[in-house]
Amino acid sequence: MGAKTLVCRCEDVSLLDLEEAYKEGFRDMESLKRYTGYATGFCQGKGCQAHVARFLSQKSGGDDKVTNPTRTRPLLHPTPVAMFARAGEPELIDVTRLEADTQKPQTGEDAE
Amino acid sequence: MKDRAELVIIGGGVVGLSLAYHLARLGMTDVAVLEQRFLCYGASGRNGGGVRQQWSTEDHIRLAKQSVKHFRRLAKETQYNIWFRQGGYLFLARDAETAAFLEKNAKLQNSYKIPTRVLPPSEAKRIVPDLNTDGIEVCAYNPTDGVLFPWPALWGMAKYVSKRGVEINTYTQVLGLDIQGGRINAVVTNKGRIATRRVVNAAGAWSSQIARMAGLELPNKPYRHEILVSEPLKPFLDPMVSDLKTGTYFSQTMRGEILGGISDPLEPSSMYTGSSFRFLARMCASMSKIMPRLAGVKVLRQWAGYYDETPDGQPVLGQVGEVDGFVQMNGFGGHGFMLAPAIGEITAKWLLRKSDHEVFCKYNLDRFSKGEIQKETFVIG
Repeated sequence: MGAKTLVCRCEDVSLLDLEEAYKEGFRDMESLKRYTGYATGFCQGKGCQAHVARFLSQKSGGDDKVTNPTRTRPLLHPTPVAMFARAGEPELIDVTRLEADTQKPQTGEDAE
Repeated sequence: MKDRAELVIIGGGVVGLSLAYHLARLGMTDVAVLEQRFLCYGASGRNGGGVRQQWSTEDHIRLAKQSVKHFRRLAKETQYNIWFRQGGYLFLARDAETAAFLEKNAKLQNSYKIPTRVLPPSEAKRIVPDLNTDGIEVCAYNPTDGVLFPWPALWGMAKYVSKRGVEINTYTQVLGLDIQGGRINAVVTNKGRIATRRVVNAAGAWSSQIARMAGLELPNKPYRHEILVSEPLKPFLDPMVSDLKTGTYFSQTMRGEILGGISDPLEPSSMYTGSSFRFLARMCASMSKIMPRLAGVKVLRQWAGYYDETPDGQPVLGQVGEVDGFVQMNGFGGHGFMLAPAIGEITAKWLLRKSDHEVFCKYNLDRFSKGEIQKETFVIG
């Protein structure tokens, strides 16, 4: 693999981009995503997330705290606005009974 | 992490970083910023990036205008492209009352040299050719409002201050405030203790929790607000479009995506940021009604963040409560990003005793007990 190896095809993020972001101090999946834009395109991480996890795993010597995936959100696949516009007004789910931030990403130095 | 600092800022969002940025510009860099997770984790990394000067109170108009000036030069100063694009904001009124509201606001904005115009739907269609004008009474359009990309704005400010000696500590949770005799001694974190005399609470949705550590009850409550983004498209939409009837707003980002959200009057206060199908359905119905052409556009993702809301839609600022040196910069609701540059500058000058500002009286907490409330009613999303 060379510096120009593509990690994220949707947003055109190369291995060199990851290396440079890492040098800037972005050293977990969530921060790298926001800094480089990987996983923010058409595939929403389906194509690139594993490559980034591999990169961080190699950098950190296998520290699984920094390779936890970013939060998974709908949609599973890009879908036209019209499909949802026909859904009417779905009922409100009582979020106050749900645990705060249930899908909190487990990244970085959380365990400290 | 350093064990002593002139000032500790709790919250690495746009408000805290803007304060650190303006302090650094004025030469004060013995500052520690504490961020519980990573930069962009809170509302500053989850918002739509809208920056408007169309407000209903004089203070907000002035602060927003000052902020636009800062945003225009932020990329150059920080060497980070924040993708700021002044394509305007177009508000839609569907009834006579809202039309009168827009007319009144436009006059007020004009008195501060904001070039807002109230337009008939036919003229709005020239600005947004795909607009469905059915049922629209009038529109308010200000060409100098805009949108930006929040992430690089944060990275830029963070890097600017780090280079000058400000310490930004990520994954650093505040566990308590050490207070003795009504004065702050130190901030206690999961990474140790920082001795300091002054602490700024810029914790956004978590600001009430932080304030409670000093025995201070804030009226701020967090509310989930959801947002979605589409596939990137060729640029075709200049302004942010916002329908005041439903609280819908959407714009095209510099990356080409359509990005927007909608108010949900039923949403209760919570600390939950999961995604709902209800939002997706309501937003898609609303945006395709406003602009039928969007029906065929594909949605890529939806997510959620918080509004840190106060009862009057205005922030809590300055020395509040009994504890000397405990400063508030929170309660910005859905407009923290767009006001942060101005508020950061004003607060930096005030902390360095270079100049006072009326916001520190007006936006103190005692406005609620004294009953001197001037409510900001021009709130969307």
